[in-house]
Amino acid sequence: MSDPTPEELLLGIDPKPPQTGWMDTPVEIKKGIYCYASNPKSVEYVGLPYPRQWNPIEEDWNLPENWKEIIYKGFRERLDRFRSIKVFMDICVRCGACADKCHFFIGSGDPKNMPVLRAELLRSVYRNDFTAAGKILGFFGKNFKKIGGARELTLDVLKEWWYYLFQCSECRRCSVFCPYGIDTAEITIMGRELLNLIGLNIDWIATPAANCYRTGNHLGIQPHAYKDMLDFFADDIEDITGIRVDPSFNRKGAEILFITPSGDVFADPGTFTCMGYMMLFHFLQEKYGFDITWSTYASEGGNFGFFTSHETMKRLNTKMYAEAKRLGVKWILGGECGHMWRVIHQYMDTNGPPDFLEEPVSPITGTKFENARSTKMVHITEFMADLIKHGKLDLDPTRNDHLKVTYHDSCNTSRGMGLLEEPRYILKSVCNNFYEMPANCIREQTFCCGSGSGLNAGENMELRMQGGLPRANAVKYVHEKHDVNMLSCICAIDRAALLTSMEYWVPEVDVTGLTELVANALILPGEKERETDLRSEPLPGMEGDDAE
Amino acid sequence: MRLNNLLSQKKAAITKKWFALVIKTYPSETAKFLKSQKDPFANPVGRTIYRELEALFAELLKGIDYETITSSLDPIIRIRAVQNFSPSQATGFIFFLKNVIRESLHKEILEEQIINELLLFESKIDELSLIAFNLYMQCREKIYELKANEMKNRTFRAFERAGLVSEIPEVEPDLKPIINIKEASNDS
Ligand code: SF4
Ligand code: SF4
Repeated sequence: MSDPTPEELLLGIDPKPPQTGWMDTPVEIKKGIYCYASNPKSVEYVGLPYPRQWNPIEEDWNLPENWKEIIYKGFRERLDRFRSIKVFMDICVRCGACADKCHFFIGSGDPKNMPVLRAELLRSVYRNDFTAAGKILGFFGKNFKKIGGARELTLDVLKEWWYYLFQCSECRRCSVFCPYGIDTAEITIMGRELLNLIGLNIDWIATPAANCYRTGNHLGIQPHAYKDMLDFFADDIEDITGIRVDPSFNRKGAEILFITPSGDVFADPGTFTCMGYMMLFHFLQEKYGFDITWSTYASEGGNFGFFTSHETMKRLNTKMYAEAKRLGVKWILGGECGHMWRVIHQYMDTNGPPDFLEEPVSPITGTKFENARSTKMVHITEFMADLIKHGKLDLDPTRNDHLKVTYHDSCNTSRGMGLLEEPRYILKSVCNNFYEMPANCIREQTFCCGSGSGLNAGENMELRMQGGLPRANAVKYVHEKHDVNMLSCICAIDRAALLTSMEYWVPEVDVTGLTELVANALILPGEKERETDLRSEPLPGMEGDDAE
Repeated sequence: MRLNNLLSQKKAAITKKWFALVIKTYPSETAKFLKSQKDPFANPVGRTIYRELEALFAELLKGIDYETITSSLDPIIRIRAVQNFSPSQATGFIFFLKNVIRESLHKEILEEQIINELLLFESKIDELSLIAFNLYMQCREKIYELKANEMKNRTFRAFERAGLVSEIPEVEPDLKPIINIKEASNDS
């Protein structure tokens, strides 16, 4: 038969997938995958170099003339400064154990999203220019180099770096499977830092970082609006519970400072979690004289500086501690956030030490949070789990009976800081229907929401959906098997990203923070009989007369 | 219904071949993974495609119930609609089935009864492709909707609930200047 087959017909219309090796497949920057370039004003505001207009899909990126030199110098400096990077560059044996563990590879099918290849982007240049072998191979010509996995840093290579380093959410899942413990997230962090040296950031990172530096939070919301928002939540809480809560702001001499990502204050469904914090603090204040203040200046727990450079991360992180110092509190309680905790857990010892604060002790149970001895910052789920364990919260879990809940481990809190049991313990205490997703996609092996590390922009929606697929696929499974209708998590980026991911992949499932569920169950002293949950949805059995 | 019997007998082989062709639309390194990793949570793309192709073929043998077909086609299209495919690549894998069937029946195909039944069966495949096209469009529209509304839905809604958004007042503002313009244009 000489007639073309259907596949041939289709392939005639469209180009075939590339069958060339990765080094010879040139990068094509695609719509839906890349994020817009940073606004020069934002780059300038935080004092980063080479602010300018540039467009990723244009040929000319308006690079500084000596960009190569800058990158080489930066690379050298970082190899000397971070021993981990030097080791990660040297010891990969290309065994491939990490290759199929990245949610972006799994969802996109793009082989350059295999962690080993992502790292190889930088490693190939490292081999070429920073090792003796690379120089010797170079002596024999280009093809020899390629066999050794070395290549020159050209403009195309640089573009490939940029494109694929912003398709890594720094989630560290790959590192769990690497027999040598190579952490590709660290390589991405370093690679992005190098790109920032020549002004190549994305705007979804640059502008929140600049806003945070100036106003104290990602959205650039000013202190009075922050307070207005919490006042409004207090009205809502009063409607639902009959109790007026009265949070305090910027109060000097308070025992504890509370800091949470601004997403909890300004974006649904985090707002319900924020109401949850307010109710919890009110409860503790009424029953045990708990003494805590919010700050309208340290109004952001998140840290987009972390996705820019170590220095920017440190600057944004410092403002939280500066506020703690100004107010004279003893320690900091932190809300439900992901990368805020990675920064605290992983970098506070080099950022700090905040020795003007005290080792955190729960004023209610007397528990010493020894794990927070050096950071002086306690995670809200550690704090709540301790309260529940000591029987300090009055809970009615049936008020969550309308929900069938599963739990998403955020990469940063699970892999980044080992917070695995506390959230589960709380969940089991505040709701009766909790179902785990399959073992190979939770706890240390959790899948990223698909939008971490500053990638939750709008223009790269296809990328986010690709990366979100493995997580959503597991949610879909528990939805179909157990009728799960609520996905809980303890990260503000998750609450934003998963909501969108669910809308595309599993629209029957909604997203919640953990503290929202706690507050649903929490019995406030003197409250009226609750008819709705925090979202003003009727509680089971309270659907009203017209439900009949 | 001789064709149906033949196809039913070869069901497993046909699905496998169809799957192999669909997997070939991915780069070779990826294709290897999609084929070999059998855990549905480690390999949602490969396993979803396999599972749903199997269901689709079984459904085609029965008849063509729109709901069932959609529930099997949707997961595959939903994935391919966000991957690196043009619209024809994302949906065109359905036609691969024609070729797989023709090849696996290359002897029987010469019989008159079979050829007639096959033509009918192939038009069912065509129908499938039209459903796939609808689903693909729905997925793409959803993506654009998410792009356009994500920020607005989350942040704007929160501010609006809090009454921090100043809305256009209910009372009509003084309309005089507009009337003036109207008059002016009427005059000319
Ligand atoms: S698992 Fe580790 S050693 Fe193996 S290819 Fe990946 S990074 Fe290299
Ligand atoms: S850190 Fe996460 S996103 Fe980055 S390569 Fe590893 S698995 Fe992929």
